[in-house]
This record gives sequence, structure tokens and C-alpha cells, in this order.
Amino acid sequence: MAQLSFERKYRVRGGTLVGGDLFDFWVGPFYVGFFGVVTFFFSALGTILIFYGASQGPTWNPWLISINPPSLEVGLGAAPLLEGGLWQIITICAVFAFVGWMMREVEICRKLGIGYHVPFAFGVAIFAYVTLVIIRPVLMGAWGHGFPYGIFSHLDWVNNVGYAYGNFHYNPAHMVAISFFWITALALALHGSLILSAMNPARKGDVVRSPDHEDTYFRDLIGYSIGPLGIHRLGLFLALMAGFWSAVCIVISGTIWFEEWIVWWDWYYELPWWVNL
Amino acid sequence: MPEYQNIFTAVQVQGPPEMGVSEGDLTTDFERSKKAGFSTLAGIFGNAQIGPVHLGPYGLVAVIGFAAWFFIIGMAFWDQADYSPGIFLRDLFWLSLDPPPADYGLGFAPLDEGGWWLISSFFFGVGCIAWWIRTYTRATALGMGHHVSWAFAALLWLIFVLNFFRPIAMGSWSEGVPYGVFSHLDWTNLFSITYGNLFYNPFHALSIAFLYGSALLFAMHGATILAVSRFGGDRELEQIVDRGTATERAALFWRWTMGFNATMEGIHRWAWWFAVLTPLTGGIGILLTGTVVDNWFAWAQIHGYAPVN
Repeated sequence: MAQLSFERKYRVRGGTLVGGDLFDFWVGPFYVGFFGVVTFFFSALGTILIFYGASQGPTWNPWLISINPPSLEVGLGAAPLLEGGLWQIITICAVFAFVGWMMREVEICRKLGIGYHVPFAFGVAIFAYVTLVIIRPVLMGAWGHGFPYGIFSHLDWVNNVGYAYGNFHYNPAHMVAISFFWITALALALHGSLILSAMNPARKGDVVRSPDHEDTYFRDLIGYSIGPLGIHRLGLFLALMAGFWSAVCIVISGTIWFEEWIVWWDWYYELPWWVNL
Repeated sequence: MPEYQNIFTAVQVQGPPEMGVSEGDLTTDFERSKKAGFSTLAGIFGNAQIGPVHLGPYGLVAVIGFAAWFFIIGMAFWDQADYSPGIFLRDLFWLSLDPPPADYGLGFAPLDEGGWWLISSFFFGVGCIAWWIRTYTRATALGMGHHVSWAFAALLWLIFVLNFFRPIAMGSWSEGVPYGVFSHLDWTNLFSITYGNLFYNPFHALSIAFLYGSALLFAMHGATILAVSRFGGDRELEQIVDRGTATERAALFWRWTMGFNATMEGIHRWAWWFAVLTPLTGGIGILLTGTVVDNWFAWAQIHGYAPVN
């Protein structure tokens, strides 16, 4: 595949963490590296196992194919392949593929001489996934508490687990996570809009606007402009908080809180200084 | 081997405040406040400068609209708490200003039976529209595009679907969302149960996908720009018109990682569309619910993506 016009001078050796120069090459646009091999192996194996599981299942309807975790009776043991064992192996493959991908990003960062912010951010996403399929099931004592791998089956899981704790919207960490998700989307819309509106003035023939126009626009609107560097810190922070609190809101359900989440709020109502009002 | 990673601003320099460009527009200078301050705390994360702010007629109307909405809700809560500060604070999350009962249809209702909900909603709508005009006129005054306004319009679409278009389509203001912390969560929960599990609403699925996609994109974009900030990558406008090594490294990072990269301008188009499509698809999903589709699970069964048995 053709390289970008400026790409050749960046394709230098070095930056690898494992394997020295052995895997220090590209395939088409993709950098390989030791961790590229790791990621490819585990994602290929996991995908093949998903297709194998689908072939042994009741349907080829892509919306309904589902690879389910073992039943709760299996606890934290190994299950037969077609009774949750596939799910267990696919989960292991997924974790290794994700971590391999993150480490490959680290190697690419090193090769390009840039900061490690992207692999760090991806690490938070991996943490959220691991929380769902490993940390919480282990804390609760059964792999059966993981979510099934299927398009609508995982939505059913979200639905059912949510209602197992009453109205899940009352989960305070869930509130925090949802708020961060919405604020992230709002901030993303505003940042994308601001750059595009400065680059593409409404009047034909006008010159491109400057960062001063960007700051002025937001100061005019709300009295504060966080600035071209700060908005990227804010965006990264908001997005990572959304993922982090999502993980928190599910890991506390069934491990340290067992009732309906609406009951959790009683502590506030029952604070001693106003409970008898 | 320690290496510099851009996390916070370690050294702050402070000059005279930037009072903003005016493009020679006299009303802009008149309507903009004359003072600005600095917050060193804010400067650790982003710009230290606070202010100036622009008011203008639409800003004034917007502030009055939102303040009236907020004040009416607050007074309703205050009344429900029997004007006791202790009960007000204790019950704050449980208090609610509800829309009128279904009997009143699309007509007006007595003040304490949803009338205040109608009045406060009206003020909220006025505030929203005035704020939209403000985003538009400020962009025009600065000679910028109107991308913020059209993105904000997508959010207004969702807001107006929830409390205006859908109630009208259903023939009753009682369909609107109550104003209260827990009551609006109850409404959301009940909405899903009533219409057969909203997870099977394809527009709800799209909206969530774009919401999560927005978080993913902002994490990717924010992290990428911070990673190349040592090469000046945060000066995006400059990088768009005159590509530097920051943009080249940012692009190559993603090309080598996933085989594809956006351009410095293009990533903001991806961002804009993902964020805008979140409320746009969400609004469609809500508007169809109860009007066109009564049970999303049954609808999914008919359309082959829910189990039939």
C-alpha cells in the first residue's frame, strides 16, 4: 500500500520494547512489532472461536448470535466448551488482544517520539472491560456473572442486571457515569464545532479565523474559554471518567450493595439532623 | 528513562487579559463586559483567564428564560417542603414539579396540577431559543461559521421532542418529563418498561452507540493532541492550514495502529457528527415511541432481531 507523502522519513527502526528488531516492520499501513503478533494471534483465535460457537448455536441471525458465559453453578471453575468454556477462552483471548494492542500503541508512541496518552486512555477502557468480565465475576464467585457476547444478548444482560437492583438509575455511580458521558458528548460537539467554525467562515471569501476568535467566541458565550490545549485535557478527562465510573457502578452492584439502589439513598433522608422533621 | 508527558501546565505566564476580537462591530464592544480576571487554579488545566462575557439582548432573554424556569421549579419544591429549609434540603432529590394529569390533554391545567409545569416549560423553551439565536449571532459577529448553532439545534431537537412534539403527538402534556432529580429517573425507567424495553428501539441503540462513540473519539482525539503537544499539536488551526510534524506524527500514530487516519480538520468533522447524531437519533427514537411503536420488543420480533419464543 502506498505510504502518505510524508511517511517515509518517519519509518525508522527503534522504539520496540520486546523483540528488538525482529518484528520491527510494517504490513501495509499497519505497524507490526512483537505486540502486533500477540494481538493478531489472540484476536484471530477469539474470532474463530466466536464463529465456531455460533456454528454450534441455534441461529446464524447476526443480531441474535450469542456466546454465553457458564451457568452460575460452575462458579469460578472451567466449563465444558459448549457450556461456557468458549466464553472463558474468548474472554482470555480478548484481554490478551486488548493488552497487546495497548502495548503496540506504546511502541508506536516511542517510535514517533510522542506522549503515552493514547495507550493510557485505552488502558482505562480495558479496565472497564476487565471489571465487567473478570473482576466482578471473581468477586461474586462465578463466571456466570459476566456478560454474554452477542449484540442483543448483551443488551438483555444490561437490562436484566439493571432490574436486579431495582431502578438502576438510582445507582449513584451510574448517575456520575451517565453525566460524564453526556458532558463528554456536549464538550465534543462544542470543540468540533469551534474548530470547524473557525476554519470555515460563514461568508464566502473570508479568511480563516484565528485562535483569538475561538477564545473570544466562548468568552462571549459563557465568560470562559478553556483554550486550545485545555479542551483536549478536558475531553480526555471527561471521556476517561465516563469509562471509569461505568466500571465502578457495575462492580459495586452485587459485591458491596445487594438491594435495590433506590434504598441506598435512605442514608441521606435519615441523616440525624433532619430525619424527624 | 523519564520523559516529559503533558499532563498539567506547570509554568504559568500572565500578561494583560485578552479582551477579545470585535471585527469592528460597535455593538459587540458595547455589549461585552470590560473586565477580566485570572484564576491560577484554572490555569493548571486550561486558560487562566476568566471573562470578559458578552450579554446582548438574546443573552438577556435566555438568562431570564432559564432563570424563570429554575425559579418556578424551586418555588414549587419550596411549597412542597412547606417552606421548611430542613425539609427542602432533606427531600431535595425526591421533590418534583410534575406535568398535568392526562385528563387535561393538551389544554391548560390549574397551577398546582401541572400549570406551573407548563409555564416553566414555556420559559425553558424561550431560554433555549434565545440561547440558540445567541450562538448564531455571536458566530456571525465574529465572522465564524455556524457549526455551534447547528450542533446545538440537534440538542434542541431532543429537548423539544421530549416535552413538546411527543406530548402533542400523544395528545397530552402528561407525557412530558417531570422536573425533579429522582422523578425524571423514574420517568425514564417507566418509559422503557411501558413501551416494551427501549433497548430494542433501534434509534435508542444508535443514540447510545454515538454517545459511547463520542466518548471514544474524544479520548482518542484529546489523548492524541496531548501526546503531540510537544510539537505544537494543540495549535490545531495552524496545523490544519500549515501541516507540521505534530499533525504528521498524530496521523501516522493512527495509521500505524489501525490502518486509517483522519486529517487534522477531518477529525473535528468526525467529532461533530458523532456528538450531533447522539441527540438526533435519540430524539427520533423517543418521538416514535408510543406514537408509531407501542412495544419495541414485539416490533423487534417482527423485524427479526428479538427471539420469537
